[in-house]
Amino acid sequence: MIRLDHINKGWGEKKVLTDISATFYQGKCNFVIGASGSGKSVLMKCMVGLLEVDSGVIQYGGKDFVSLDYEQKKEIRKEIGMLFQGTALFDSLNVEDNVAFPLRMFTKLTPSEIIERVNFCLKRVSLDNVNKLFPSAISGGMKKRVGIARAIALNPKYLFCDEPNSGLDPLTSRVIDELIMEITKEYNITTIINTHDMKSLFEMGENIVFIYKGRKEWEGRREDIRSSGNEQLLKFMKASEF
Amino acid sequence: MKFFEFIGQYVLFLRGLFSRPEKFRVFKKQLMLEMENIGLGSFGIVSLISTFTGAVSTIQIGYQLVSGLVPEYLIGRIVRDSNILEFSPTVTCLVLAGKVGSSIASEIGTMKVTEQVDALEIMGVNSANYLVLPKIFAGLFTIPLLVIYAMFLSLLGGALSGMMSGIINLDFFVKGLRADFIPFSVTFSMIKAFTFAFIITSVSSFHGYKTEGGALEVGQSSTKAVVYSCMGIIFFDYIISELFLKR
Ligand SMILES: Nc1ncnc2c1ncn2[C@@H]1O[C@H](COP(=O)(O)OP(=O)(O)OP(=O)(O)O)[C@@H](O)[C@H]1O
Ligand SMILES: [Mg+2]
Repeated sequence: MIRLDHINKGWGEKKVLTDISATFYQGKCNFVIGASGSGKSVLMKCMVGLLEVDSGVIQYGGKDFVSLDYEQKKEIRKEIGMLFQGTALFDSLNVEDNVAFPLRMFTKLTPSEIIERVNFCLKRVSLDNVNKLFPSAISGGMKKRVGIARAIALNPKYLFCDEPNSGLDPLTSRVIDELIMEITKEYNITTIINTHDMKSLFEMGENIVFIYKGRKEWEGRREDIRSSGNEQLLKFMKASEF
Repeated sequence: MKFFEFIGQYVLFLRGLFSRPEKFRVFKKQLMLEMENIGLGSFGIVSLISTFTGAVSTIQIGYQLVSGLVPEYLIGRIVRDSNILEFSPTVTCLVLAGKVGSSIASEIGTMKVTEQVDALEIMGVNSANYLVLPKIFAGLFTIPLLVIYAMFLSLLGGALSGMMSGIINLDFFVKGLRADFIPFSVTFSMIKAFTFAFIITSVSSFHGYKTEGGALEVGQSSTKAVVYSCMGIIFFDYIISELFLKR
C-alpha cells in the first residue's frame, strides 16, 4: 500500500501539484487519470523519488519515503518496477541484457540462472525469439512488453506504469492492459497506472484518482464515477465517450 | 556569476560520482568497454594527427633556423622538445576533446532525455557513478598511453619530413633528439595527459548529465562539452607549464 499525504510540487511560481492525498492498494490496479498536463507524470515521478516534493508525505507500507536518505531510498527502489511513458529501454543493450540488467546489478544469481529468469519474464509478456534484438529493431508494442519484463524481473512489490498504452493500437493496448492486470493479481503487486485511456479504466480500474489542474478532484471506484456528481470528472468522461 | 555557478555545479557533480560501484564485475565490464571506445577508437585519428604535427614541426623549425650560425642538429632537439612538451599532449587531447568529448556528452545526454537515466535511478543504481566513473577511469588509463604513442609517432614524422624535404638528415636529427635530453619532459607531458584526460571525460559527462529536453538539447550539450573541455585543457596547459617549467 502507498499513501500520499498533502503532496505539493512546483517549479518557481508555477504550482504543478497542490495538496494531493490519496491511497493506492496492494493487489489492485490503481488508476491516476486526468487531462494532458494535469500533473500525472510529475506525481508519479515524485512518488518514486525522481523528483523531490516541496512538502508532503509518501508512505510505502508505513515508511515515510521522503525523509529517507539516499541509501535507504535505494532499498525501497529495489522493490519498485516502472514502465516509462517512452519505455526507457537501454538502447546500447539488447532485449535480453535489458531484462537481465537489474538481475546482474542486484542479485547473486549465476549467469545461467539469470538467463533462465530473463526467459521466464519474456515469456510472461509473450515474447520469444527477440532476446538478441536491440530496442531500435523492435516495434512500440514489443518495447512496452520488454519494459514490463524488465520492471518485473526483480519481483517488485510496486509497479508504476506511465501511460502503458499511449501510442499503441487498440488491440495491442488491450493486450498490454490485460498483462498488467494479470501480473498485478498473480504477484499481489501495488500497481499504479497513469492514463487517459477510458477503455483501460473501465476494464481494470479498481481504485481511481482523478487529477484536475494539479488537484485531486475525486477518488473512488469506477462503479461510482457516473454517480459522482463531480462536474470536471463527468466532463472528462463525456469527452471520451463514443 | 554564471561561471561560479557552473564551477559549483561541476564540483557537486564530481562529489556525487565517487561512491563505491554497485557491483565490481559490472564496473569492470563497463571499464573494458569504455577503454575500447576511448582508447582503441581513437588510435587512427591520433596516429594521423601526431605524425603530421611532427612532420610540420620539423619543416617550420627548419624554416625558422635557416641562418648558418646554429648547428643543424638543433632542429632535432627543438622538434623533440616542442612535441614532447606541447604538441603531443595538448594537440592530441584537443582532438580527443572533439572526438571523445562529444560522443560522451551525446551518449549520456540521449540517455538523460529518453529517461534511461531515470530508469537506472528507479532500479536503485547510482546513475552518475555507473555511467560516468568507468569513462573517467578509462580516459585516465588510455589517454596517457595515446599521448606516449603520439610522442613516438610525432618524432618519427619529424624525422621523415626532415629527410624527405632535405632539411635535415637522419643522423643529425637523431643527434638532436639525444642532445641534453631531460627525462622530466616526459613526466611533465604525462602530468598534462592525466589532467586533460580527467577534464575531457568529466566535463563532457557533466554536460551530458545536465541535458534536459530533447534531441536539440543533446546537440547543444555535445557542443558545450567540446568547447568547455578545450577551454579547460588550454587553461590547465598554462597552469601546469607555469608550475613545472619555470627555471
Ligand atoms: N521539469 C519541469 N519544470 C517545470 N515544469 C514542469 C517540469 N516537468 C513538468 N512540468 C509541468 O508540469 C505540468 C504537468 O506535466 P505532466 O508531465 O505531469 O503532465 P501529464 O499529466 O503527465 O500529461 P500527459 O498526459 O501529456 O503525459 C506541465 O504543465 C509541465 O509543464
Ligand atoms: Mg505524462
